[in-house]
Amino acid sequence: MKVLVAVKRVVDFNVKVRVKADHSGVDLANVKMAMNPFCEIAVEEAVRLKEQGIASEVVVVSVGPATAQEQLRTALALGADRAVLVETADELSALAVAKLLKAVAEREQPQLLILGKQAIDSDNNQTGQMLAALGGYAQGTFASKVGVEGGQLLVTREIDGGLQTVALNLPAVVTTDLRLNEPRYASLPNIMKAKKKPLESTTAEALGVSTASSITVLKVEAPASRSAGIKVKSVAELVEKLKNEAKVI
Amino acid sequence: MTILVIAEHENGAVAPATLNTVAAAAKIGGDIHVLVAGQNVGGVAEAAAKIAGVAKVLVADNAAYAHQLPENVAPLVAELGKGYSHVLAPATSNGKNILPRVAALLDVDQISEIIAVESADTFKRPIYAGNAIATVQSNAAVKVITVRATGFDAVAAEGGLAAVETVAAAHNAGTSAFVGEELAKSDRPELTAAKIVVSGGRGMQNGDNFKHLYALADKLGAAVGASRAAVDAGFVPNDMQVGQTGKIVAPQLYIAVGISGAIQHLAGMKDSKVIVAINKDEEAPIFQVADYGLVADLFEAVPELEKLV
Repeated sequence: MKVLVAVKRVVDFNVKVRVKADHSGVDLANVKMAMNPFCEIAVEEAVRLKEQGIASEVVVVSVGPATAQEQLRTALALGADRAVLVETADELSALAVAKLLKAVAEREQPQLLILGKQAIDSDNNQTGQMLAALGGYAQGTFASKVGVEGGQLLVTREIDGGLQTVALNLPAVVTTDLRLNEPRYASLPNIMKAKKKPLESTTAEALGVSTASSITVLKVEAPASRSAGIKVKSVAELVEKLKNEAKVI
Repeated sequence: MTILVIAEHENGAVAPATLNTVAAAAKIGGDIHVLVAGQNVGGVAEAAAKIAGVAKVLVADNAAYAHQLPENVAPLVAELGKGYSHVLAPATSNGKNILPRVAALLDVDQISEIIAVESADTFKRPIYAGNAIATVQSNAAVKVITVRATGFDAVAAEGGLAAVETVAAAHNAGTSAFVGEELAKSDRPELTAAKIVVSGGRGMQNGDNFKHLYALADKLGAAVGASRAAVDAGFVPNDMQVGQTGKIVAPQLYIAVGISGAIQHLAGMKDSKVIVAINKDEEAPIFQVADYGLVADLFEAVPELEKLV
């Protein structure tokens, strides 16, 4: 089967971001960018399905700025066969991204669509579910295990109280949770080979998708900072403070 | 304005997060209706009708809605949602699974995990693992929103007297099926609702050592959580994970034991009222957010703490 994987370029997860002084957003100038960690897991799962002979082709797609080519090249170096970039200058809403991905999916006709469960910048956790709704696909969100059995997809999902397994008809959307797999690193020869793999660029206009959003960000602020705490010297002092000062036990 | 709240329920009872979501709906203002979708949910509907501030309870009782499969529940919510100004669900794994699907079916954007209501169309939500708070305004015809339970004080579960109405609509997409589930068993309070949470990290060294935390938790009536490092190392099951990708908690007291305090962990607990850190590394980032820090070996400090409380 053909697998479509969506990846997003985001600020590196180790970077502690700063809010801009004018409250218009987060300062991303000169900040290290990387592939969203959940998207790395999505690429890894697709490549593993290919190695098991289940997937025939892995197409990776990103919606973002021209620089998102770097993340697509990374995915190609990890084992994806070809890449599609939907180039946009603006930060789009999850619904707009889902519509663009649906347009790409209509053209590519994949049997399985894999996304990360959420991007660590917007923390939305929406795109996979929205894509499933728009395409009429079944969805296996927060997946920690994926298997194919008798033409159906078996997905084990991480839910609040433990794990749940569902069987989905294909085509289906899967969103990855942290424990699905451990992504590999790209080797130098593969990074070189990835430069020769096809990367096609398109736009929302070319796909005929409107990216208008009903949501406006009015301001972005730093969270209220906690007042500095104290270090206690002993367990006895800690218990005394919790009982008499904080009054929480 | 009329607001539809999707009830979270399990084992025939209304889940606590539903009460926080009704509280958020009350801040928006207007009539509040609660939808209970599932199979054999008559008891849940009766309980939902008693929630303070709820005007009406809609019950969709059908085998297709068992286990809350999003392919079946989302079309139901989207159909009902057309008649409402807002559709709210708690930001639980169910809420997050279903609501974006509802939003896309209604062709509107969704707002995730709000922590405050500024007005009927303006909300606050954390982004970048809680390192920034965005104020967002929506002009969508139906505002579809998930609510972070720890951002709102729960309304009373008793005292309401809502009318219960049956919804006949049965949507069965037939594209998915429930196979089975494996739930972690625990007698301790539920992590996201506990007043006190004791969490362990990589410093616990192995799963067996968590018994020290369980003993302390039982003495305090606390829930036990974990960092991702402890979960990935296989010390404890993943539903105990606190953080950006796990559960968000805001208890009265959070005791972090052997946890360094990575950004992703802080995202899940830094709104706790009082934070205590026990760590032998005095440079650990957790001490920057802890109200009370104790630099000590946890294997000595935790048993001593258990004796003294």
